[in-house]
Amino acid sequence: MIYHQTLTELIKALRSKKISSVELTRLYLDRIHQHADLNAFITVTDTQALADAQRADQQLHQGNAPLLTGIPLAHKDLFCTQGIRTSCGSKMLDNFIAPYQATVVDKLANAGTVLLGKLNMDEFAMGSSNENSFYGAVANPWDQTKVAGGSSGGSAAAVAARLTPAATGTDTGGSIRQPAAFCGVSGLKPTYGRVSRYGMVAYASSLDQGGLFAQTAEDIAILLSVMAGFDAKDSTSVDCPVPDYHATLGNDLRGLKIGLPTVFFNANLNRDIGDCLQQALNEYQRAGAELIEIAMPMLEYAIPAYYVIACAECSANLARFDGVRYGYRCQHPQDLTDLYSRSRGEAFGTEVKRRILMGTYALSSGYYDAYYLKAQKVRRLIAEDFKQAFEQVDVIMAPVTPTTAFGIGEKVQDPIQMYLADIYTIAVNLAGLPAMSIPAGFVNQLPVGLQLIGNYFAESSLLNIAHAYQQRTNWHQLCPPAFR
Amino acid sequence: MSLSADEIKKIAHLARLSIQTENTADYAKDLSGLLDLVAQMNQLNTESILPMAHPLDQKQRLRADEVTEINQRDRFQAIAPAVEAGLYLVPKVID
Repeated sequence: MIYHQTLTELIKALRSKKISSVELTRLYLDRIHQHADLNAFITVTDTQALADAQRADQQLHQGNAPLLTGIPLAHKDLFCTQGIRTSCGSKMLDNFIAPYQATVVDKLANAGTVLLGKLNMDEFAMGSSNENSFYGAVANPWDQTKVAGGSSGGSAAAVAARLTPAATGTDTGGSIRQPAAFCGVSGLKPTYGRVSRYGMVAYASSLDQGGLFAQTAEDIAILLSVMAGFDAKDSTSVDCPVPDYHATLGNDLRGLKIGLPTVFFNANLNRDIGDCLQQALNEYQRAGAELIEIAMPMLEYAIPAYYVIACAECSANLARFDGVRYGYRCQHPQDLTDLYSRSRGEAFGTEVKRRILMGTYALSSGYYDAYYLKAQKVRRLIAEDFKQAFEQVDVIMAPVTPTTAFGIGEKVQDPIQMYLADIYTIAVNLAGLPAMSIPAGFVNQLPVGLQLIGNYFAESSLLNIAHAYQQRTNWHQLCPPAFR
Repeated sequence: MSLSADEIKKIAHLARLSIQTENTADYAKDLSGLLDLVAQMNQLNTESILPMAHPLDQKQRLRADEVTEINQRDRFQAIAPAVEAGLYLVPKVID
């Protein structure tokens, strides 16, 4: 079936007129509606998608079409889309239609893609299970009683269930890699500053980074070449040339030095997941890579530092939601304070409130040095650990998650346990490095992800290393039985 | 480290965030747990370490002092909950 094809194959199919963009778009829209019970989408843009597809077909016919012309995809619902609701998974923005468009959305639209809709997510990207969405949890396509992961749960589930060939996401503490691992798809979080944050609703500004989900590393390479790049509208965007990520796929892995942090590969690692990862590492050894143990003791402090920095920045960023200029406003406010407090209190969910409270406390008078400043110092120690590691190795490999996808409702009562499950992903965000999750096997019929962490701006090498694995294995090709 | 329900109310006020009285005990428990987790940072001596605000230690970029934005008041106010004559409406602040 055509929906099993990768984005790379779909580009060829469109160019050789095996299928039209309208046919392809209709096929995916039908699948999205047929599988609405997954709850992967918050908004489906049928009419606009078909209009875009028609235009794409004309361009393809004329023969002057950019590479991605006619390719359907979907955006996480925190990328602002002009004229289409951007809810951020929150009651606060349930009625919000952005008056401007995210740079990422613009770039992919200009490259000819067709927007299928906006994907479900944890409210304001805060969560690891997608259960914090105002629109309800996303089900995992491999077992619908399990979570899809978060915060980009809708993106991962939609790609896994073949409801779209690719999707955007964002990763502040693991929000691309963890759902990619839970749903058995490929996900990339680029270097901080590689992809513009303009028009991305902010959660923790020094950590947030937009990225991608697709079936293969090759698909991600094609999309990243379009999506990455300097943007004057994002003050943290880095002015550094964008290579052709596709051109370096296929480079030899002989002599590649793979670092394995001993703080991750130890007795605490789940044995079944450890076995899966060992198989993957053996495959890399067969391809000529060398495995090297590295210490990295500071990684253990990533979770405490993250929950100070992320919450502090979230409390500042979310101060903009005041019930005055856009978004939800409470009924009959008594005075200005009541308007602010009740609009926010009635429209934010529990997890968002928890993090605003934590962040407000950490930044309140007298506590700044003990929390935010201390966390920023710990952050540097973590980044230094990575710096030293990359003097010895070319890439670091690690688990993505301590377990496979857990049951919907299983962890909601214990937020701290949920936070601790981000142990393998968070340090990467603090250091600002690029990282991927790629499918590396199954435990009890649920997917397991392998994490690849690269040096700053080493996306090319990361994608090549992932691609080499996907040339030798077929985990990434497997589709959940209910969606074949 | 443990926070009381009163402290939660104070923080909620600072954040201009109304929370249900029956939930304050839960927030106090969750935040206290989180503060215990955060306290692990104190195991590290960070006296001579510089704080890291940007992963690439970039400085704030400057741009030419030129007008680049046009006035879009009507577009921005079209999505506001309450406006009148080009003004955002809020409850009376001054009598």
